[in-house]
Amino acid sequence: MIMAARTPSALRVIARTSLRKPNCFSPSRHARLFTTTTTPRNSQPSTSTASNDGSSSKINRNGTTHFGFQDGFSESEKTERVADVFHSVAESYDRMNDLMSFGWHRVWKDHFVSSLNPGLSSTVPPTPQHILDIAGGTGDIAFRMLHHAHTVHNNPSVHVTISDINPSMLAVGKSRSLQLPATQQSRLSFLEADATSLPPTIAPSSIDLYTVAFGIRNFSNIPAALSEALRVLKPGGVFACLEFSKVRSPLFDAVYKRWSFAAIPLIGQLVAGDRDSYQYLVESIERFPSQDEFRRMIEDAGFVVGSDGYENLTGGVAAIHKGMKPL
Amino acid sequence: MKTLTPRLSSLSSTYNHIQHVHHVQQLPLIAATLSPHITTSTSTSNGTSRQFSVLNRPPPNYPGHVPLTLLERAALAVGSGVVSFFDPYRHDMIAALGEATASPYFIERLHRAMLSSPTGRRILRDRPRITSASLNLPHLRTLPPNTVGGTYVAWLDREGVSPDTRDAVRYIDDAECAYVMQRYRESHDFYHALTGLPIVREGEVALKAFEFANTMLPMTGLSLLAIATLKPAERSRFWSIYGPWAVRNGLRSDEVINVYWEEEMETDVDELRKRLGIERPPDLRDIRKRERAEKKRLKEAATAQAVAS
Repeated sequence: MIMAARTPSALRVIARTSLRKPNCFSPSRHARLFTTTTTPRNSQPSTSTASNDGSSSKINRNGTTHFGFQDGFSESEKTERVADVFHSVAESYDRMNDLMSFGWHRVWKDHFVSSLNPGLSSTVPPTPQHILDIAGGTGDIAFRMLHHAHTVHNNPSVHVTISDINPSMLAVGKSRSLQLPATQQSRLSFLEADATSLPPTIAPSSIDLYTVAFGIRNFSNIPAALSEALRVLKPGGVFACLEFSKVRSPLFDAVYKRWSFAAIPLIGQLVAGDRDSYQYLVESIERFPSQDEFRRMIEDAGFVVGSDGYENLTGGVAAIHKGMKPL
Repeated sequence: MKTLTPRLSSLSSTYNHIQHVHHVQQLPLIAATLSPHITTSTSTSNGTSRQFSVLNRPPPNYPGHVPLTLLERAALAVGSGVVSFFDPYRHDMIAALGEATASPYFIERLHRAMLSSPTGRRILRDRPRITSASLNLPHLRTLPPNTVGGTYVAWLDREGVSPDTRDAVRYIDDAECAYVMQRYRESHDFYHALTGLPIVREGEVALKAFEFANTMLPMTGLSLLAIATLKPAERSRFWSIYGPWAVRNGLRSDEVINVYWEEEMETDVDELRKRLGIERPPDLRDIRKRERAEKKRLKEAATAQAVAS
């Protein structure tokens, strides 16, 4: 009762002072990204229970999706807000990744690429392969793919297209790619595209390997992205997704969650000067479906998924999901 | 003089800020005319003393508010202190340091200082914001240079800054205390105009010393660690001239937080200083200019001598 009495009265006062004078204490300029604050989970009763059965990533019946813990956004609004987040984090993206995961994201990405083994070919000369790396902005996965194919398998006919919806992230990727050997650079191309609706420059059934690392949870419409993946992959082509997921051990999960929600926004604020983007990032991790639920979504999209369908990394902090387009 | 009177009763534990503002009991008439939120909004977590964790933060008390746990606040204080020491151009870090260290006591002391003054109370009621939109900058430029408004806008133009660059307060739980902090932050440029201190590091440190003596916000005191980053000549000037000036004037003058700057635009600066009880410090720009000229003269003399010999 007291709670109810105080908050509304405080709000009423703010409203009253705003009537009296136009320049009152307003949400203002710090908030270069968001006009509302991120609401904590306890103020969203119905949707937070919905996230348990994994339907949080699907579009609700009233056509809205979520942005972190905030619900009720249309897809285009979410796309816009995610764009703002990634414009903001692009410059410090790689440094922040290292700080947030203590450098472990490199291990995850190395394992992801080596488990996919791009460039392996039984023919001589080797068969060309087309890899599409979605949401691959700064190039971590694509560069590893190129290295693995060209250097480990001595297969220079592997072509990687980095696709990202955000030009700032692509720009970072382009400038980083200049450090690659020339042969690898020549096999790399950049594409600004929305994964939920790929442009006709990517022909249907033309891609051997479709990868998305730490990107799919930001998509405004994950089932649409999965359908697009199915469309552009060749029959027998592989869909692979590296993404944050649900931690198995309750004890580790308790520590991990507290680290995520306390330390990561703080590090974002200290290092990158942007708490809100990192608050969104940890909330989006929280809202992403569990391993089994995401596996079901991949199967629903039409992929063939074998055995578990996923591989947990670091106790479930991240997971690799794979599917194959049916022949 | 600053109000250093103790509160009548306060149950401030680490997380809650339920407190009984003693002015409410002493001045019931004023409290009645002022909005009732004075008694109710001084609490975090919706007025209950519920501890919260980072996984279930209470709803924000004002737009942009982020309720922090004690550990988070301490980490923010330490982190922002370190970052702002090594990179004083990170204004957001200086702002965060101010907010993280101001609770629980210091911002409330400043709040009470505002409540004890009639002008302060009017400011709290009106909640004016200092932005390039709310101030009529073209009009200020027409004012004579000895007025507050004229000095302020000349200073803005000379230093090339705008009143819009101040971050919004986010980490102070009480909405009204958050406004007090915001007001302090936005008035900082006026303190430059009031004291005549330039925006160079030396001037900022001297101004922070004055603000510390006057507002007692911990961030202003911690900023004095920047004395270690000053050049030796600047540092000796601080200890001999500006430090003593800051302490003397900050302590004995009126609370500068209570100046209703929007109404003082056409006041003569010297008259305002006299009213507040602030003496003008030696012009730092002049001193630095003369020092640079002197150094240049000596260098030229030295090179002339070297050439001659």
